[in-house]
Amino acid sequence: MSDLALGASSAVAMPAHRTIVYNEDIVKKFVIATMFWGVVAFLVGVVLAAQLAWPELNLGISFTNFGRLRPVHTSAGIFAFGGSALIGTSFYVVQRTCRARLFGGEALANFIFWGYQFFIVMAALSYVMGFSQGQEYAEPEWHLDVWLTIIWVLYAVVFIGTVVMREEPHIYVANWFYMAFILTIAVLHIGNNIAMPVSIFTAKSYNIASGVQNAMIQWWYGHNAVGFFLTAGFLGMMYYFIPKAANRPVYSYRLSIVHFWSLIFMYIWAGPHHLHWTALPDWTQTLGMAFSVMLWMPSWGGMINGIMTLSGAWDKLRTDPGLRFSVTAVGFYGMSTFEGPVMSVRDVNALSHYTDWGIGHVHSGTLGWVAFITFGALYYLVPVLWQRQRLYSVRMVSWHYWIATLGIVFYITSMWVAGIMQGLMWRAYDAFGFLQYSFAESVSAVHPYYVIRLTGGLFFLIGMLFMVCNLILTVRSPTTERPEVLPAGVAVAGE
Amino acid sequence: MPTKVEKDSITGHTTTGHEWDGLKELNRPLPKWWLYVMYATIVWAICWMVLYPSWPGIHGYFHGVLGYSQRDKVDADVAAVARQRAGSLDRIKVLSFDEIRKDPQLLAVAQTAGRITFANNCQPCHGAGGGGNPGYPALAAGNWLWGGTLPDIQQTVTHGIRSGDPDARQSQMPRFGADGILKPEEIQQVADYVATLFGIPAQGKDVSAGQKLFTENCAICHGDAGQGNREVGGPRLASRAHLYGSDRAAIVAQVTNPRMGVMPNWNARLDEATIKSVALYVHSLGGGE
Repeated sequence: MSDLALGASSAVAMPAHRTIVYNEDIVKKFVIATMFWGVVAFLVGVVLAAQLAWPELNLGISFTNFGRLRPVHTSAGIFAFGGSALIGTSFYVVQRTCRARLFGGEALANFIFWGYQFFIVMAALSYVMGFSQGQEYAEPEWHLDVWLTIIWVLYAVVFIGTVVMREEPHIYVANWFYMAFILTIAVLHIGNNIAMPVSIFTAKSYNIASGVQNAMIQWWYGHNAVGFFLTAGFLGMMYYFIPKAANRPVYSYRLSIVHFWSLIFMYIWAGPHHLHWTALPDWTQTLGMAFSVMLWMPSWGGMINGIMTLSGAWDKLRTDPGLRFSVTAVGFYGMSTFEGPVMSVRDVNALSHYTDWGIGHVHSGTLGWVAFITFGALYYLVPVLWQRQRLYSVRMVSWHYWIATLGIVFYITSMWVAGIMQGLMWRAYDAFGFLQYSFAESVSAVHPYYVIRLTGGLFFLIGMLFMVCNLILTVRSPTTERPEVLPAGVAVAGE
Repeated sequence: MPTKVEKDSITGHTTTGHEWDGLKELNRPLPKWWLYVMYATIVWAICWMVLYPSWPGIHGYFHGVLGYSQRDKVDADVAAVARQRAGSLDRIKVLSFDEIRKDPQLLAVAQTAGRITFANNCQPCHGAGGGGNPGYPALAAGNWLWGGTLPDIQQTVTHGIRSGDPDARQSQMPRFGADGILKPEEIQQVADYVATLFGIPAQGKDVSAGQKLFTENCAICHGDAGQGNREVGGPRLASRAHLYGSDRAAIVAQVTNPRMGVMPNWNARLDEATIKSVALYVHSLGGGE
């Protein structure tokens, strides 16, 4: 059964007892950035939720207007919080699972860190100042897009370079997912941002495509930002931190291969389901819907491998609340990757599209999956990176877990109710054949659910603040010091 | 590192023999249910592709064996609703307002249609129940610019105000300050006088100069006592319900460089029977004449 692997590994000659010092400083930087941007993203989300419930909170100032703050929230959540978590953990995982120091040296890694943070800050400022391409999740104007392209290509060079320089014969599954994430995001980012600037001195450009072609390219991008940023990337994270924390082998190697390739192949075609019942041709819609439904099991392959890896170690869920975050994340992942294919069916979409059901769906993925799997990774990483004996307070992690879970439940259930109610109100006709409800009536009907959603978001933010306090104290408190300190990030290579 | 296949004592499966930073993988077959559900979704997807428009070609696309078209479906849905409404709307269109009001059943349909049409089209400016907003007249108050009878309302809704429609309601207030028709101090005097028209006492101030200016410049449209003139859409000033505010600064601003609103001509969007229904609904809000 293992002759293939034997053949490959025997070809690698290894110097005995050579010491590799991993670059963990860069991982620390990204961990800090992840925590900072998480607080920002959740805080702005709470402000937006409050604005939706009480529009007076727009304050009548253009800078604090919902339309400008909304991309600040989505970019801070996806690219700042999620992106920092992904780049940071990918640098950690790729070094350890390849047994190779990060390719390109410290200066290049630091340039990627600061260049990426610069992009985030400039993007957020540009939204608040009123600059936008008007394309969801791709709002930054052309000069920032060019900058991000440079940073991203350097990131790809460092990551893939490390994989190439590896001392392990095989590439671990987490690295396949990280690589799929890095390569596809590069393609998507460039493909969706081919635009003509009005002039070299203005932050205004026009996309090369217009009309429905522009919409189609945008949702090819938008859906695969979900697929490759928020799914594939975080699956990479999952494939390292869950087996590591559980101290168990991955449930099935074969499943990881089949679900990886099927996920990668199916996801890229699913974008048209964002454009059901629009000017997009019928045939494109059908294909988008068909591929979305076929995507269900490839997505669930990751869930099975995540949860079933715990078989034999279920008791760890009681003792390791960080692992509890990771496993709950996989549960939410399974739920939202089932909900997605359902919502992609044209006739379900007729009810769900443009309603808050979509917002609930996104947040069960982002809060439940993306944020929770990140929390699990951070609770594991911080004591390791800062050489601490343990977390400052396990009880605080439990508090974080329960308050955040409750927040998600408030969030998604209120949005289900609000969204389905909106969908039903918009399509209700009276006995005479006239619309039964006006749009304004549907707006006032969802108000209570918007308040519940705000409560859920507030809970999630409070939980995040618990984590930040806990992790800062883990690094700072004398109670968590290790008795004897080992040299930082050292692995002994060889047999 | 050489491959070392191990047996996992908990599951009884062997590992693949690879190891990365202590991580191993079990060599275990795909879960059967997982594989079969995946096959089922593929079969389902293929059925859709056969039934519905799907694969593109060079000269068009495969239309699917059902001959489905989203556009046809929307047209059919719209036609079904139109058929449901047709009996009532056709009668509302040909009957006079008096005749409609004498038929309680038909009036109920018109009120229903009028309410929802108003809520989705008129309410954003005129407010729920026609309560009005700054710059947008209150329709429930009876303070009409262009008349509050049913035919008046129908005319206004159909053709709009300053909408560009040839039959639109037209009026224009001169820019007394901006075009130098009145001097700044004269505008102050007029403002003092106008304030007295809606009940702010002169408090010993002499407003005769303002009154003289008003009579010469404003009365032709706004009436001698500021009672308004519906022939030309001259707003009634002898009222607290002013479109652009009632304080002194607002009056001075309006005389200096007037704001004048636009109402769309709804005949571009709504059919005649629906507009008549809206007129009946607006008329019933409390201000109808």
